[in-house]
Amino acid sequence: MITQFLSQMPVLLVVLPLLAAPVCVIVHRAAPAWFIYALISWACFAIAFLLFVQVRIGGPISYILGGWPPPFGIELRLDALNMLVVLLVTGIAAIASIYARASIAAEIPRERAYLFYAALLLCLCGLLGISITGDAFNLFVFLEISSLSSYSLIAMGAKRRALLSAFQYLIMGTIGGTFLLIGIGFLYMMTGSLNMADIADRLPAVSDTRTVEAGLAFIVIGLSLKFALFPLHIWLPNAYTYAPSAVSAFIAATATKVAVYALIRFLFTVFGAAYAFGQLPLGEVLMVLAVVAMLSGSVAAIFQTDVKRLLAWSSVAQMGYIVLGLSMASATGLTAALAHIVNHGIIKGALFMAAGALFWRMRAISINDVAGLGRRMPLTAAAFVVAGLALIGVPATGGFISKWLLLEAVMEDAHYGLAAAILVSSLLSVIYIGRVVEALYFRDPADNDGKTAEAPVSMVAATWVLVGASVALGLYASPLVETAERAAAGLLGSGA
Amino acid sequence: MREHTVLRVVVKLLIAPILIFALYVQFHGDYSPGGGFQAGVIFAAAIILYALIFGLAEARRAVPPGVLRVIGALGVLLYAGTGVYAMLSGGNFLDYDYLAHDAVHGQHYGLLLVEFGVGLTVSSVITSVFYVFAGRGRRREQS
Repeated sequence: MITQFLSQMPVLLVVLPLLAAPVCVIVHRAAPAWFIYALISWACFAIAFLLFVQVRIGGPISYILGGWPPPFGIELRLDALNMLVVLLVTGIAAIASIYARASIAAEIPRERAYLFYAALLLCLCGLLGISITGDAFNLFVFLEISSLSSYSLIAMGAKRRALLSAFQYLIMGTIGGTFLLIGIGFLYMMTGSLNMADIADRLPAVSDTRTVEAGLAFIVIGLSLKFALFPLHIWLPNAYTYAPSAVSAFIAATATKVAVYALIRFLFTVFGAAYAFGQLPLGEVLMVLAVVAMLSGSVAAIFQTDVKRLLAWSSVAQMGYIVLGLSMASATGLTAALAHIVNHGIIKGALFMAAGALFWRMRAISINDVAGLGRRMPLTAAAFVVAGLALIGVPATGGFISKWLLLEAVMEDAHYGLAAAILVSSLLSVIYIGRVVEALYFRDPADNDGKTAEAPVSMVAATWVLVGASVALGLYASPLVETAERAAAGLLGSGA
Repeated sequence: MREHTVLRVVVKLLIAPILIFALYVQFHGDYSPGGGFQAGVIFAAAIILYALIFGLAEARRAVPPGVLRVIGALGVLLYAGTGVYAMLSGGNFLDYDYLAHDAVHGQHYGLLLVEFGVGLTVSSVITSVFYVFAGRGRRREQS
C-alpha cells in the first residue's frame, strides 16, 4: 500500500485538489470548505516536498496516466525544474490557507465562501497540472482550468469593478489561451505528436518550416499574455487590484510564475535553445521587452495611489527581470530567472498579504488610507517593510540573491546597458516602496487614538512566514541556487 | 407562452423522448457516436425547452438550482473517483484495466462510469447557465 502510495504521488498533486473541489461545493458551508482547502493544500505541499527529495536523489520521474504509454497517452514528468515550481505553488497555497480564513470572512459573503474555496482548489489543480505535465495539449487544458477559476476568483472581489477587471482578464486570457492552442496545433500538424519529449525529438527534421516558426510565435505570445509581459500586461493591474486580498496574494505569487515556467518548458525542452535563441532572434526580442517592462512597470508603480495597484505594476516590472534572465539563454541567466521565479513569488505573496492585512483593518487601501498605520499595526507594517526591502534587493534577502545572479549573467555577456537598466529599475523600486513606507511610518493617521489594532493573528503569522522564508533564502541561498543551477543545466543540456 | 395550446401539447409529448434519447446517447456512447458531453447537452435541452414553454419558475420547481449544483459536483466526483478507485486497486490514475477482474470488463466499466460523470456534470452545468441567463434582470424588476 505504501509503495503504491509513493508511486501514485505525482498524480495525487492534481487529483487531490480536483476531488476536493466538488466536495467543497457539496458541503456548502464556509468553515468545512476552508478546512478541506487547508487540509488539501498542506497535503499537496507535503507530497511536493517528498517528490522534490525523490527527484533530487533519483532523477526525473515519469508517471503514465490511464495505462497508455507515451507518446500516445498523457505523461506526467517531474524533474528539477518543475519540482521547484511545484514546491513554490504548493507552499504558497498552504500558507494562503492560514491567511485566507479571516481575510475571506471579511471580504466575501458567508454564503458564497464555499464557492471561493472550490475555485481556489481548482486553480491550484490547474497550476500544479501545468507544472508537472509532459504533454503539450494537457498543459493547455490545465492552463484553462487555472485561468477559468482565477477569473471567477477575481470576480468575487468586494467592489463592482472586480467584475469588470475579471472580464478584461477573461478576454485577454482567452486570447492568450487560444494563441497557445493554435501554436500547439501547428506543432502537432508538423510532428504528429503531443508529448513534449516526442515533439522535441521530431522537431529538428521540420524546424525550417514556416509552420513551426509560426507555432513558436503563437506559443510565445499566448504565454506572454498569461504572465503579463510588456506590452501584454494591461489586464494585470486591474485584476490584482480588485481581487480579494487572499486571491491577489495567491495569484500574484503563483499564476504568472507558472506561465513563465510553461514558456521556459516550451522554449528549452520542446524547441531547444539552439533553435529559439540561435536560429531565431527570440532572445533579442524578449530582452528588449523585458527591459521596457522593468523600467515602465517601475515608473508606473511610482505614480499609483492604491497600494495593491502599486504592487501589481511592480509585478509587471519584476516579470521583466525573470524574462531578461531567460532571454540570455545562458546557464547563469536561466539560474537567475528560476531563482527569481521563486524569490519574487515569495516576496510578492508576502507584500500582497501585508497589504491585505492593512485592507482588513481600514477597508480601503490607498496610500492615504494606510497613513500612520506603522504605529497602530506594527507587525503588519514591519512585514511590509522587510518584504519591500527584499523586493528592492537589499542584501540578506532573497531578492538580493536573484538580482545578483542576474547581474552576474548580464556581466558575463558584457551587456553593460542591461546592468544599468537593472540598477535603475531597482532604484525606482526604492521610490515606490519608499512611498508606502513613508505613509506607514511618517504620516499621522486619520484618527489618532494611538492604540494598536493588529489584523488577526492568522493573517499576520502567514505574512511573516513568507517574509521569514524570503530572509532565510537570502541568508542561506545555496539550496535554491543549487537547484536552479541543476534545472538550468538540465534545460540547456536537453536543448542543445 | 401559456396560451399556446399547440406548443404546450407538442412540447409535453416531446420532452420524454428527448430525455430517453439523451440516456440512449449516454449509455450507448461506447458503441456508437455520442457520450457524456452530448448526452448531457441533450438532457439539458429538454429541461430548457420545458422552461421556455412553461416558464422559468415551473422549471426551477421541477429541477431546483441547488440540486443541480450538487449533481454537477457529484459528476466530477464520479469521474475522479473512478480514477482513484483504479489507484486503490493497484493501477495508475484512470487505468481502467484495474477496475474489474479482467481488462476488457475494466475498460468497459471505466468508460461507462467516467462518461456518466461527464454527463451528470454537463447537463447540470448547462441548465444552471441557462437559469442564470434567463433569470437575469428579473430580480431587479421585482425589487
